[in-house]
Amino acid sequence: MQWETVIGLEIHAQLATNTKIFSGSSTTFGAEPNTQASLIDLAMPGTLPVLNEEAVRMACMFGLAVDAHIAEHNIFARKNYFYPDLPKGYQTSQMDDPIVGLGHLDIALEDGSIKRVGITRAHLEEDAGKSLHEDFSGMTGIDLNRAGTPLLEIVSEPELSNAKEAVAYAKAIHTLVRYLNICDGNMAEGSFRCDCNVSVRPKGQTTLGTRTEIKNVNSFRFIERSINHEIQRQIELIEDGGKVTQETRLYDPNKDETRSMRSKEEANDYRYFPCPDLLPVHIPRDMLENLRTQLPELPTQKRERFEAAFGLSTYDASVLSASREMADYFEVVEKICQDAKLATNWVMGELSSLLNKENLDISQSPVSAEHLGGMLLRIKDNTISGKIAKMVFEAMAAGEGDADQIIEQRGLKQVTDSGAIEAMLDEVLAANAEQVEQYRVSDENKRGKMFGFFVGQAMRASKGKANPQQVNELLKQKLDQ
Amino acid sequence: MHQLTLANISKALAAKQFSVRELTSHLLTRIEQLDPQLNSFITLSKDSALQQAEAADELRSTGISAPLLGVPLAHKDLFCTEGVRTSCASKMLDNFVAPYTAAVVDNLNKAGCISLGKLNMDEFAMGSSGETSFYGASKNPWDTSRVPGGSSSGSAVAVAARLVPASTGSDSGGSIRQPAAFTGLTGIKPTYGRISRWGMTAYASSFDQAGFLAHTAEDCAMLLQATAGFDERDSTSAQQPVDNYVEALSQPLKGLRVGLPQEYFDSRLDSRIGDVVHTAIDQLKQLGATFVDISLPSLPHAVPAYYVIASAEASTNLARFDGVRYGYRCEDPKDLEDLYLRSRNEAFGEEVKRRIMIGTYALSTGYYDAYYLKAQKIRRLIKNDFDSAFKNVDLILGPTTPNLPWQLGSKVNDPVAAYLEDIYTVPANLAGIPGLSMPAGMIDGLPVGVQLLAPYFQEARLLQVAHQFQQHTDWHARTPAGF
Repeated sequence: MQWETVIGLEIHAQLATNTKIFSGSSTTFGAEPNTQASLIDLAMPGTLPVLNEEAVRMACMFGLAVDAHIAEHNIFARKNYFYPDLPKGYQTSQMDDPIVGLGHLDIALEDGSIKRVGITRAHLEEDAGKSLHEDFSGMTGIDLNRAGTPLLEIVSEPELSNAKEAVAYAKAIHTLVRYLNICDGNMAEGSFRCDCNVSVRPKGQTTLGTRTEIKNVNSFRFIERSINHEIQRQIELIEDGGKVTQETRLYDPNKDETRSMRSKEEANDYRYFPCPDLLPVHIPRDMLENLRTQLPELPTQKRERFEAAFGLSTYDASVLSASREMADYFEVVEKICQDAKLATNWVMGELSSLLNKENLDISQSPVSAEHLGGMLLRIKDNTISGKIAKMVFEAMAAGEGDADQIIEQRGLKQVTDSGAIEAMLDEVLAANAEQVEQYRVSDENKRGKMFGFFVGQAMRASKGKANPQQVNELLKQKLDQ
Repeated sequence: MHQLTLANISKALAAKQFSVRELTSHLLTRIEQLDPQLNSFITLSKDSALQQAEAADELRSTGISAPLLGVPLAHKDLFCTEGVRTSCASKMLDNFVAPYTAAVVDNLNKAGCISLGKLNMDEFAMGSSGETSFYGASKNPWDTSRVPGGSSSGSAVAVAARLVPASTGSDSGGSIRQPAAFTGLTGIKPTYGRISRWGMTAYASSFDQAGFLAHTAEDCAMLLQATAGFDERDSTSAQQPVDNYVEALSQPLKGLRVGLPQEYFDSRLDSRIGDVVHTAIDQLKQLGATFVDISLPSLPHAVPAYYVIASAEASTNLARFDGVRYGYRCEDPKDLEDLYLRSRNEAFGEEVKRRIMIGTYALSTGYYDAYYLKAQKIRRLIKNDFDSAFKNVDLILGPTTPNLPWQLGSKVNDPVAAYLEDIYTVPANLAGIPGLSMPAGMIDGLPVGVQLLAPYFQEARLLQVAHQFQQHTDWHARTPAGF
């Protein structure tokens, strides 16, 4: 049977506020346990929440960026359940009236097509603390530093049809929240995590299959792997005559499998109701309009501009606009060298592999955009060849200075004096007289292959500095004499 | 000294008729002598009270004078007091020493008040008799076989027995006004949000309101003056400006239009209480007030709506008492669930458990619309009733309670009967309007209260009317025999 997959994501983005959503405690990551837990975070009797306006502002920025409906009023609700790292016995969240309503985001797929993904809602809520199971034999430690950290839970429509699309969507949201400066996007520290709702159905069926939810997936790679694993598991289960049960599952990256956490029957009745300690949040229209003017150029707008202004493919443009830093870097390089194609090739090629290899972020690049742009200028004006440029690039990465300094110091300037090149070629041909004879009696096909040999010899003789185009032309003339 | 009202203590201290220390020791001695038969205090802060008294005397000796400087008070034990046990009259918090001080107590401390200790109450403010306290019931000083009302039971008893001139209380469904009525005191529940809730242990957050029990309206006015106002720590506290309550007291009543809701005078009401209320009406007429009959048609639904919403809120407000961070924890829990179940089961009393169960049920999937949402609709209707009534009248007057204080233990096994005793007080909490109970007569040696209700933030009007009434009556000045 042909199967079809339906995926929806719930992304928890930790908002980059200085203080917690309902208390004045710091949100800095990694402090000593319980040093960032105030009376409110500890749920002392008689304490009350006060909403952090910065969190509201950030949620509105997100709403505007995904073209969502932002109602004049939104309401906080209590989600009730007992857990040791949930000090009040309820999580203050939003249920019926979230701050961000229906919106959408356009994402670029690998084949270059654009897909519009619906965003059902995004709501504000507080994070829980952490239970520490190690180091306390027979007991559990509780660290409430994270309790009360503001989260924006972004819920997509069930419109993603495979793991790759899900990852593309998650990456697009990740890019967006970092563009907006509302989330640091640090997945290792849990600032950006994802619940994946997955179901399968026979191709053509319109009703949805029973879904399972994979909780707290914290890397793009794991999103892809866990979804693929879950799709496979569900299909095999159904094909073997079984039934998918609605449940929450956990992905184990070590075993690359998902396993059941709790079924629907075991699920809590959260008894949501409006939190009586917090007034409905009023969002004045003029505040929204004011925020709208503060929106930066968004990833989609940037991608479209890169395509239009620089003639880039959708895929290249989306890679280059994947982060504000990357896009800024690219734009500086392009501006200096005035050659978008060259800039794209180098930023997505040499530079990206260097960063990957060193596991660095673009903001930590050992080669500055100015240096790279300067080097590309030297390629364009024929001072160096592309091949020499790779040497120069490595030297720049090693901190030896800018391209001009390196070219000068190492004597890498390209030879373009045709007299000098001709003299060098004469020497090469003389040294390989036998091959020259062979070349001259060979057919076109064989000649083509041998021509490469001569070019190689010539470039080696010039230590790579001879202008390759001139070498080609002059060599051809000489051999065909 | 103990016969003086708070206002007169203030004057006597200013006139150096006695020192704060003399007054404080006198009251502490009375408490030690008399409270064992009344059980109004949970914690007596003898040493710190004497220290505060000496500090107040010192300030007064340097010429510093403030109306409340050196005035002794005691606080309902749900207000957090730094370094002092704050038990909420529950085994759950029997060992809980608060790490901070509630806004209302803090403001009174800053105004110079001295705290003699913490007062008994119904457990977590759930009850109308004082009998649900983990520390045992407080006794009504007018008849120690009877309840003093609740939940601010100790707050009423300590003032009525002249152990302290005034006390703080909280009123979510009548918990200040009803015990004030049962013990012959003036008790004010301000508008919801008039006094910060910061540091007041939550029972039903959308109803909870701090207030005061004292002998006179004037005393209440002085305390309200020191505590009313916006607090940025409480998002539900009101930004409304604070009136000058003390100044308003002397305004005459001429032209005052008072509404008498027919629903407050039906067959539920003990007719003897009805007679007391009508005598009070006659007295107010002589002072220039005019009376009209009005109707609050949604009133019959008030009690069920109140108990659904209050219990729903209580069920989640009390979730934090889980034995994990503070408070009672059961011995040797075998796992997490055991820790939760036994800690809560062993430390909460019957009434608290009952309301947690009711509230949990009312919020559950499948019942939410039928109970919680419906109750909220009734709440809206009751608010509308008051809004329309106050278009035609300045004040609403009626009995505070349908019956006299009952015998201790007589309603313990009939919670619904006890809930129905709140019929006249819960509407003000549902609407959020201010209310006051003032003593207006005696029946069989037991005090009777008359209740005044005013539009939002019109506490000054309540206090003014009660004060003018008290200028022409002496019910507020009576003392139970033996105290």
